[in-house]
Amino acid sequence: MSVELDVFVGNTTIMDQEVYQLWLSGYTVGDAVKVRMDGGVLDGCDASAEVLRSDTMDQFRTFQMCERLLHNPAKLANQLLFQIPPDRQAMLIDRYYAFDDAFVREVLGKKLSKGTKKDLDDVSSKTGILLKSCRRQFDNFKRVFKVVEELKGPLVENIRQHLLLSDRLARDYAAIVFFANHRFETGKKKLQYLTFQDFAFCAGELISHWTVGAMDNQLEDMDVDLDKEFLQDLKELKVLITDKDLLDQHKSLVCTALRSKTKVFAEMEASFKNLSRGLINIAAKLTNTKDVRDLFIDLVEKFIEPCRSDRWVTIDVNLYLTHYINSAHILDTFKHQAVWNSLWDELFKMLTDIQHVTVCFLVKMGMVASGASAAAEGTRATAASSEEPVPVHPTQFTTSISFSFRDMLNVGCRAWPHSGSQAC
Amino acid sequence: MPGKLKAKIVAGRHLPVMDRASDLTDAFVEVKFGNTTFKTDVFPKSLNPQWNSEWFKFEVDDEDLQDEPLQITVLDHDTYSANDAIGKVYIDIDPLLSSEAATVISGWFPIYDTIHGIRGEINVLVKVDLFNDLNRFRQSSCGVRFFCTTSIPLCYRAVVVHGFVEELVVNEDPEYQWIDRIRTPRASNEARQRLISLMSGELQRKIGLKVLEMGGNAVVGYLQCFDLEGESGLVVRAIGTACTLEKLSGGGATNNAQHTANSSPSKDMKEPVFGDECPSNPLSSGPSTPLRAPPFTSFSPSKSYSRQSSSSDTDISLTPKTGMGSGGSAGKEAGPLKILLRQQTQTALEQREFPFFTLTSFPQGFLLHVAGVVSARSVKLLDRIHNPALGSTRSYKLLDWSSCSADEPETRDAWWEELRQEIKSHARALGCHAVVGYSESTSICEEVCILSASGTAAVLNCRFLQDGCLDVLSEHRCDDSAPPGCGFCHVPYDELNMPFPAQLSPCCCCHRTKVPDVLFTTIDLPTDAQVTGKGCLIQARLCRLKKKSQGEGNATCISNLLPFLEYELHTQLLNKLKLCGMNALFGLCIQISVGENMLVGLASATGVYLSALPSPGGIQIAGKTPNDLTYDQHVSSIQRKINDTIVKNRELYEIHITEVAEDVIGSPIPEPRQRSRLFRSHSESSDELSELDLSHGKKDAFVLEIDDTDAVEDLHSLLTDAPTPPGFYSCNTEIMPGIYNWTSAIQMFTSVRVFRLNNANLTNLGLNKIFNELCENLLKSLYFKLRSMVPCCLCRLNFTVAVPEDELIQVCLLCVCVSVRVSIAETEEQLQFPLELNAESASPLSPKGSGTPSVDYSSFADRCSSWIEQLRLRAHTIRRGSIKTSSSPLPEGRSRSLRSTRSFPGSSVSVVKMTPLSFIPGAKIVKYLGIINMFFIRETTSLREEGGVSGFLHAFIAEVFAMVRAHVAALGGNAVVSYSMKECVFMENPNKNQAQCLINVSGDAVIFTRESDQEGHLPQTSHPQPTEDTPP
Repeated sequence: MSVELDVFVGNTTIMDQEVYQLWLSGYTVGDAVKVRMDGGVLDGCDASAEVLRSDTMDQFRTFQMCERLLHNPAKLANQLLFQIPPDRQAMLIDRYYAFDDAFVREVLGKKLSKGTKKDLDDVSSKTGILLKSCRRQFDNFKRVFKVVEELKGPLVENIRQHLLLSDRLARDYAAIVFFANHRFETGKKKLQYLTFQDFAFCAGELISHWTVGAMDNQLEDMDVDLDKEFLQDLKELKVLITDKDLLDQHKSLVCTALRSKTKVFAEMEASFKNLSRGLINIAAKLTNTKDVRDLFIDLVEKFIEPCRSDRWVTIDVNLYLTHYINSAHILDTFKHQAVWNSLWDELFKMLTDIQHVTVCFLVKMGMVASGASAAAEGTRATAASSEEPVPVHPTQFTTSISFSFRDMLNVGCRAWPHSGSQAC
Repeated sequence: MPGKLKAKIVAGRHLPVMDRASDLTDAFVEVKFGNTTFKTDVFPKSLNPQWNSEWFKFEVDDEDLQDEPLQITVLDHDTYSANDAIGKVYIDIDPLLSSEAATVISGWFPIYDTIHGIRGEINVLVKVDLFNDLNRFRQSSCGVRFFCTTSIPLCYRAVVVHGFVEELVVNEDPEYQWIDRIRTPRASNEARQRLISLMSGELQRKIGLKVLEMGGNAVVGYLQCFDLEGESGLVVRAIGTACTLEKLSGGGATNNAQHTANSSPSKDMKEPVFGDECPSNPLSSGPSTPLRAPPFTSFSPSKSYSRQSSSSDTDISLTPKTGMGSGGSAGKEAGPLKILLRQQTQTALEQREFPFFTLTSFPQGFLLHVAGVVSARSVKLLDRIHNPALGSTRSYKLLDWSSCSADEPETRDAWWEELRQEIKSHARALGCHAVVGYSESTSICEEVCILSASGTAAVLNCRFLQDGCLDVLSEHRCDDSAPPGCGFCHVPYDELNMPFPAQLSPCCCCHRTKVPDVLFTTIDLPTDAQVTGKGCLIQARLCRLKKKSQGEGNATCISNLLPFLEYELHTQLLNKLKLCGMNALFGLCIQISVGENMLVGLASATGVYLSALPSPGGIQIAGKTPNDLTYDQHVSSIQRKINDTIVKNRELYEIHITEVAEDVIGSPIPEPRQRSRLFRSHSESSDELSELDLSHGKKDAFVLEIDDTDAVEDLHSLLTDAPTPPGFYSCNTEIMPGIYNWTSAIQMFTSVRVFRLNNANLTNLGLNKIFNELCENLLKSLYFKLRSMVPCCLCRLNFTVAVPEDELIQVCLLCVCVSVRVSIAETEEQLQFPLELNAESASPLSPKGSGTPSVDYSSFADRCSSWIEQLRLRAHTIRRGSIKTSSSPLPEGRSRSLRSTRSFPGSSVSVVKMTPLSFIPGAKIVKYLGIINMFFIRETTSLREEGGVSGFLHAFIAEVFAMVRAHVAALGGNAVVSYSMKECVFMENPNKNQAQCLINVSGDAVIFTRESDQEGHLPQTSHPQPTEDTPP
């Protein structure tokens, strides 16, 4: 005796969230049954494995039929085939578009092309995520990318409207799309200590400050592309390092402000020129697409690593950058030079601000990580001190601090690239 | 020219891509009615075309309006080649023809293609302007309402119940026409769909005419079936009950009725209890009407009317008479009977010729007595007279189409006529003048066809059948001779002249009249019946092997097998009933399906303990070789098992019976116990029942011999049935006896399973076991799937078996799961009556001590509360489980963000509930919009690609649901009640990667309104104890 056909169809589509998750994770029916059995679904039920298998099959079939609709979530609300309550629909969509951090970290910044898709089996074996699930996640990225590629207006809002995703997911997808569009390099070993959420935060900042949409609030502008004009203008900053007088003036201003405020003042003073050069060079090169891609790796190499080797902690970096920017502002010569008109001034203000945010955040990531590794060595004091920052920009601090906590918990064990590259 | 049909094509959406080059579609629409066709403009290059067409007007006869569907075809325009069809929508105009039903059809319909399934949706507007036609000789019957519901619809009252109407229409099946060899499968399927749509329209019109002749205005309990007779044609037949219905004025009356009748008698708060469907009882609608006895009276401690069971014997009280056709010749000769019963000559009086009613629940006072099930079956050989393949000698038949279709129904009519006559005579033999809960069915295999008819013989209150007497009746209800609650159990036949051996005993409620020891019926449990405990689903399942043969030999062989099959089904039913400790079956439905090499029988019913009937006896096992010691042990161990099961079941279904009857107030002394009992010998080949006096020491035993294999098999099936898991109740009737606190959470579902029997040499025994397991597994599967709805009740559990091929068994199941509210109040209530009852049943032999009740009370309370606790715990863990899974795979933040404000585009899809029940728990039906009767064919030539047979059928059933919902929504409704799947024929050919399925569904489209929150919640707050009301 064998079951030739076995279906169960409800007027209101019946689905179990647990089974849905198994399906999304790419399990086969057999494996899903095993997982459910081990999970104890049958406890207290007078049912055999056969019953479980039949139930799992039914649901997998339902999900398969729904998948077509999930590719276009707006359709799900209008279709007639499945009667699904709205809250269930939201659940279906959100779960379908949810992704694994481990997976996204592998593809972030890569071109969403067929070639990348072919390499997914490597990603799968590396992350332990089943290939089927990898494919789904990759296709989701690609689909979202395609949908918003040609759309005008704010990126996050577009994603939310067209794919009916939750705020959080929409923001994450915006980051993925943004990174994929600019093909930011994130895969280098030196960047491994950063999580997806770290990059997502950066993407959020970049989108809101560096893109065309951020520059002037015209609706038809796009969020995806960086503002070319702005990048061009960044070149003008070079004067800060090329003009020797200006550089010295800047340094003395920063040093005056920082004196006696930090333990690492001596190192700060010593490396000022190097760091300033590093930052300004990165900014000046951004007109080049290739250099845009390397933005993060450059930041780490040129700025964060020197800071770290000097044993700065987050507050130090933060202080340094705050004063670095403020001082640049009040540079007398800078202001009085005839070439600088008021427009440039505005621009400068804005860009330093942006630079500050991004860099400051990135540095903090690095510092906290180093603090964590330091904590591992036994010097908890540095780590503890980083938890009590002087609030310069309160809002940014809360975000970054919340992340640093998370980092200590999650990434803490992940060693700083230099100290424990073998561990990675 | 009395009608003008207007249709407007508004828009389409989600259309499939028809042009690969552009990934778009150039769609246009053809609107066809009768022979007139209109076309819209082509809407180029869009998957969401906006046609916004003019109104297409069809001026047609109302006859055509009834027969024809509106046919909408969506096509893709192609400049160079033929236009490709995207799909079709058939819209039944019938609901628009009655002034009281829908006025406009407007909404999104799925565009359906028989090969590809649903392909996008189309928005259509349809209206009808009807001119009154008072022509006496008209052929149309516009305005007659049809209801699938087998009771008087909820917002109506029956003025007169006229009686039985039937009709059948025959045509050649397009699938078997010669042209089918050269046309595409799509064309063939569409021809078939269209033909059946036409035929059902015609059938309804003809039945409507009969109703008008009888003076009625509606058909209730309309049951339409298709017989796919293969080469010999296609029969569409229908039966129903003609009524004159009157709409109850205003919602207030209905509401009132619902409340008064539903309210639990032990409390007078107005908690609506949806278990009963009392508004079907128009007479109780007025508040002044004396209400029927509350269903709980049997539990009130002040009364104690149940008495010691004096019946010592049991029997299949109502062995159905099985009629056997004469194996084939009858069909061909089409005897003289066919002259009978043609619609034109039928006067109202002649109509009484078949006092049949398809209703299963009745207005108050309608049903006086119920005698038992009557059924008749006949085996016919389908003639091949119209088979085009037969050759040129018969080709004239083909040409003479009209004579074909004129001749055919006569034959079929005569067959049914025969059966009905038989049913009628059975009913007569039982002293009844009417048959209620009547239904007809067929099972066809190749050229053999089993026709079955069954119903419940009953005595009705004649006054309902005439005009103008209702008001009188409503004032002084049926006299004392038929007290409410037990009257219907009283035997209508003469005790001295019983039609079959049965044991009668005085009624345990009123002690005045005789009642049988068991009662089998096909109707729903009358709302006023007094029931002890809860009911449960009881099924008897049986398979019998049959030799493969052809023609008359085959028919004879089946004829010979049938009585044994039926007899054994009944034995099984009876045994299982006793095992459950119950004494009555409601909603009995026996299906016998014929296959090439086997017969499958499935009997389902809802077992109940009727307070009026005597307590059922136990089952006694007897061995034939009593000297063998080990054998004796074996026997006694089985006996013990059975006894344990009975005790367990009684507890499970809360059947607590008082054994003290002697001190019943003023009751006549019970008759001396009769020692005779029935001995059934399974080894004898006859189905004769012989009465023997076997003086076993134990009282009222039902003896089972376990010497031969049959009995072992019986026992096996008895003991292997798994009990329903805690928190689940199941029944195949509309209402679950003993459960009243329903919530509005319902889930209707369909499940289909096909089993392949691999080993060719199966014995009857093995086959039976497999079939039994199949059904049991299906049920277990349901319990598992619906575990999140616990505690819940599976209502209208409807099984359909078929033997589509050699070695294949197909079981279809349609059911609704209704969540039940766990309320402390209910358990309190239950705690009170067993306080006394349990005390007595627990110590039937020992003298009653005054202390016992309290002891028992506590123990019972413990048990009860622990049970409730367990249920809660289960519900809780299930809930918790789902929460856990929802949060585990995602970080905390993400699942929280799900709740964040989400901009959903206003969904245009309205929710449509579907249920096989005739009502919607927790809601009030305010309007009936018309009957839904749809027939779909789906075929595929890429079975593997669509996920195999399961994937194919899963998608198809989902599509059928979607189309039903869309039609209901377009009529303005939000639910389908009395939904049923009449036919599900599935055929596959895996080698060719092909499969085909036909599904026929029907139901009533309705508008319901939720009972306002006030009504829903007030009762709870007025509870003495606040209830924890958390339906999972």
